[in-house]
Amino acid sequence: MQKDIKRLSLILLFAPFALWITLLILLPHVGMVILSLREKVAPRIYEYGFGNYIEFFNEPIYWNTLIRTGSMSLLVTVLALIIGFPIAYYIAKIAGPRMRGALFLLCLIPLWVSDLIRAFGWILLLRETGVVSGILQWTGIASGPIEMLYNDVTVIIGLVYTVILFMIVPLASTLDGMDNSMIEAGYNLGGRSVTVFRRIIIPYAMPGIASGCIIVFMLTAGSYLTPILLGGKNSSWFTEQIYDQFITRYNWESGAAFGMLLLAFTSIVVWLGLRLTGQTLANTVTKT
Amino acid sequence: MLVKKKGFDKALLGYRAYVLAFFVFLAAPLISAGTFAFNDSLFPALPWQGFTLSWFFGETEPKLGMFHDRRLLSGLYYSFIIAVMVSLLTVFIGTCNAFLFVRKDFPGKNIFYILMIVPLVIPGVILGISILVLASSLANGLENQYDFELELLRPGIFLVVVGQISFTTTITSLVIAAKLKKFDIAMEEAALNLGASTARVMRTVTLPFLRSAMIAAGIVAFLVSFENFNTTLFLVGSEAPLTITMFDRVHKVGSTPVLNAVSFFLMAGSGLLALLSILVQRDKSARN
Repeated sequence: MQKDIKRLSLILLFAPFALWITLLILLPHVGMVILSLREKVAPRIYEYGFGNYIEFFNEPIYWNTLIRTGSMSLLVTVLALIIGFPIAYYIAKIAGPRMRGALFLLCLIPLWVSDLIRAFGWILLLRETGVVSGILQWTGIASGPIEMLYNDVTVIIGLVYTVILFMIVPLASTLDGMDNSMIEAGYNLGGRSVTVFRRIIIPYAMPGIASGCIIVFMLTAGSYLTPILLGGKNSSWFTEQIYDQFITRYNWESGAAFGMLLLAFTSIVVWLGLRLTGQTLANTVTKT
Repeated sequence: MLVKKKGFDKALLGYRAYVLAFFVFLAAPLISAGTFAFNDSLFPALPWQGFTLSWFFGETEPKLGMFHDRRLLSGLYYSFIIAVMVSLLTVFIGTCNAFLFVRKDFPGKNIFYILMIVPLVIPGVILGISILVLASSLANGLENQYDFELELLRPGIFLVVVGQISFTTTITSLVIAAKLKKFDIAMEEAALNLGASTARVMRTVTLPFLRSAMIAAGIVAFLVSFENFNTTLFLVGSEAPLTITMFDRVHKVGSTPVLNAVSFFLMAGSGLLALLSILVQRDKSARN
């Protein structure tokens, strides 16, 4: 009797989980794999094969876009780490206890504002008639209006801005758990700042670094709004390619193939990142 | 204070300046997006033409305020409906998941746990297209085999809700599970020993303990749904939620300060909700 009830409650609790994962995650991805392997040979006649993938590798513009997206995402990740680490360290180790909470909250505020509004704010600041251009003219640094949108630097700044919080939050919470006496001991033993930083702080912060980098990379590679709005026609981001295949050209078969390639690409990078830093996925995600 | 060394004061000053500059960088686009809502000009740009509220309440073109703009209002309405459904459903599934993974033991638990986390590391665009692909092939199958058109599976509100649930559930599950882990099982045992039925213990002991985490998870899910763009983009039908309507305007028409008014409204709204979620779970710990 007791055992039956236990089993029943397990089944009842498992059902929503199973429905969610099967219907919304597993089956859709299986469907996408099947669709990506299908080719239209004549109206209403399909063949199965790797044609869509072969087409991707035969067309330089496609794989160039993927490589470009990947390398820019990597650059954004590195920049976010370099810019974000001192901030996280300041919040966790240098600010006083009251300041710490306030700064942490300040860090979270932009997190609650959608990407769209943030990108919109950047557009208003950086476009030809924008605030920054206006200030530069007013102070006499520039003689005419300057267009700062629609180039790679702006896209990278915008992306770093969008994702940096996902770097700072796990870093700050990891560093927060570090005992100050470890740093002091390093100095007392005669270590210089660089040594203490490299031999004590970095190794301790490694789980936070790994989790921040992985999430930031994933978000950047999969982002759509920021590159499109700040990069305009020249952004050539891979998600835009996917949108183009699906919605503009209505070529779902190759769109699905592109989607699988993006998924494979980000998964490989995430997996490599976990491998290199010796972290597990569960730890990484729950940090944020 | 950590790290006392010579020349430290100057270095600390520089460090502080860097942190300050970072927070200015963080705030700048949000301020520019919000402030121009009150500028009495047809363009969201400098110079400042005086204070106005007509971008909120203006009744006539060209200064049609957001509360009289039919498309923006219907976007707001659809976003709200979608967010409420997503937040209720994800809190329900998330609570079941929390009990499943915290309380139960079953074969393959670790693998299932990883499956539960995976949706967070799949790019949103991919979730969108995979669900679109599955729903459309189901709908086409039904139509061809049985000549039966199931509107539900075509892009529209239902698919948007489904798409957003696919990854938001992971977030709510993690938030609620973190709280459930802190629950002292002895409290349930005590209630059972005092003669309460399992259902009654659930209702009067366990669920009240979880309530703050469930509310916080619901608020987070609401906000995530409200600002989601990547997944929604592929699943949206004729009833476009606010982010999609706004994106179309920013991207295609160019911007008027009415978009700043919407931005301001959304920032204020999500700020209030975020504050609420912090107040609800004062013990801070449930987020990590």
